[in-house]
Amino acid sequence: MALTEKDVRYVADLANLNLTDKEIDRMVHDLGGILEQMDRLAEIDTEGVEPMAQVLFEADDTATLRPDVERAPLGNELAVANAPVTSGGYFKVPKVIER
Amino acid sequence: MREHSVRSIRRGLAAREFSAVELTRQALYFAERENPKTNAYLRLCPERALAAAEKVDERIAQGEDPGLLAGAPVAIKDVIVTKGIKTTCASKILENYVPPYDATAVERIEAAGGIIIGKTNCDEFAMGSSNENSAYGPVKNPVAPDRVPGGSSGGSAAVVAQGTAVVSLGSDTGGSVRQPASFCGVVGVTPTYGRVSRYGLVAFASSLDHIGPFARNVEDAATLLEVIAGRDPLDSTSASAPTPNYAAHLDGDVRGLKIGVPVEYMNHASGDTAARVNEGIERFRELGCEVREISLPATDYAIAAYYVICTAEASSNLARFDGVRYTMRSADSGTLAGMYRNTRGEGFGPEVKRRIMLGTYVLSHGYYDAYYLKAQKVRSLITRDFTKAFEGVDAVVAPVSPYPAFRIGEKVDDPVAMYLSDIYTITGSLAGIPCMSVPCGTTSEGLPVGLQILCKHFDELTMFRLAHAFEKR
Repeated sequence: MALTEKDVRYVADLANLNLTDKEIDRMVHDLGGILEQMDRLAEIDTEGVEPMAQVLFEADDTATLRPDVERAPLGNELAVANAPVTSGGYFKVPKVIER
Repeated sequence: MREHSVRSIRRGLAAREFSAVELTRQALYFAERENPKTNAYLRLCPERALAAAEKVDERIAQGEDPGLLAGAPVAIKDVIVTKGIKTTCASKILENYVPPYDATAVERIEAAGGIIIGKTNCDEFAMGSSNENSAYGPVKNPVAPDRVPGGSSGGSAAVVAQGTAVVSLGSDTGGSVRQPASFCGVVGVTPTYGRVSRYGLVAFASSLDHIGPFARNVEDAATLLEVIAGRDPLDSTSASAPTPNYAAHLDGDVRGLKIGVPVEYMNHASGDTAARVNEGIERFRELGCEVREISLPATDYAIAAYYVICTAEASSNLARFDGVRYTMRSADSGTLAGMYRNTRGEGFGPEVKRRIMLGTYVLSHGYYDAYYLKAQKVRSLITRDFTKAFEGVDAVVAPVSPYPAFRIGEKVDDPVAMYLSDIYTITGSLAGIPCMSVPCGTTSEGLPVGLQILCKHFDELTMFRLAHAFEKR
């Protein structure tokens, strides 16, 4: 499926990704080529086939549950230690709500 | 270092030929000296390594069992988190990220006496097949420095091939352990999905991501898997199946085991690669295995299905890198949307951007059914192919890559060609079955060729036994 520059800009917007004009040009070309491969999926008959979202194996219904025991959390200081900007132990972001 | 194995180190420690601290110092010195040749390590962690080595020596002094990996220098791919040691995913966006916790696999390695000596280079966020997509420069193949080591776990394959680690951990989503193992001439294992906890593996495509070992021989790879495998309450997809004692059960007759060779695979491989793989298949016959042709008809659609699923999952997993929590924020962050967009635009490299875009596109309104849902159905068909094949055979044998290590820069401008080269490895990944690459000779140019062995869910033991018999012959 051929992609237009407009499509690419729309998807970049959805992905919250700033692309330069040069990157947009390259994306139009590259994504088009890859989607051509992906479009081959339409050729194969999947009537009545269940989608596979996860690798499944024989296990009890409760196999994915862990015992409900207390575990020490990371703690506030460590949890924000990698944030670029913090304030009073919180993540700090640009103003969201205008007055 | 090159001559050491997990077993030889354990024996040397027990016989007091050397101490773990001595060996660790030697390993760190050697790794630092040799690394400029390959760029395989992004950083070494001498303090942590020596502290772990001291503990091993203490245990030995007190007459305790120092563990299966005692004293063995282990390298960890930089997409697996290490407490207090920078973990960048080979991305600019995580340049200064210092994780506050260890991955479960890392914890288990140290509990078994393994010495984490450094973090290895890879494709950014494990996206790539050549290790050229690293923000910190490509890795050179230790066998042929003008060539790629494969990807995405290129650094982890290279350090083991070079001898600057005895074993290492990589991650495999569509072939990222097996393909670099084949390019560098070492053993690389992708266990059953769920066999090894993914806790602390930075997520790329959660339904496909695996942690897997590299080693210079099958026994070491089996030992490392034995250490890291098993249920972990911190990963709800980790399986509760008991972990067999792999390394103790490698010997034994493989005569009579049935091996399937998929007709669809042999059509693609060419030249020396096909020749070596065919000789490998012959070697199994000589070992008394019964070789027969099988068919995996959905193979032709595997690449399309894989790249739809993995990019879709990647686009949501990588949404967390938004300038708020993980170290980097663009200087141009006046508004919330500006912060997101500019941080991501500046922090991610070209291949990661390409995959985020593809994943966002295939999940976007109006395309979900045609791409994502369809790909998941094809994934069912691919898995069904294997289930059916394993009714008649114990293992499947195939090439790992259509060609040996290519030159650095040779394919970097052609993402489609790069994706197509994953044809033999992604089918096993989609099905979630255990698979591995074992060295299978070299091409006329001296480049390593790998042979892939695939088995049923949770049947790593048969896979290891076959690989072990193959390696010894």
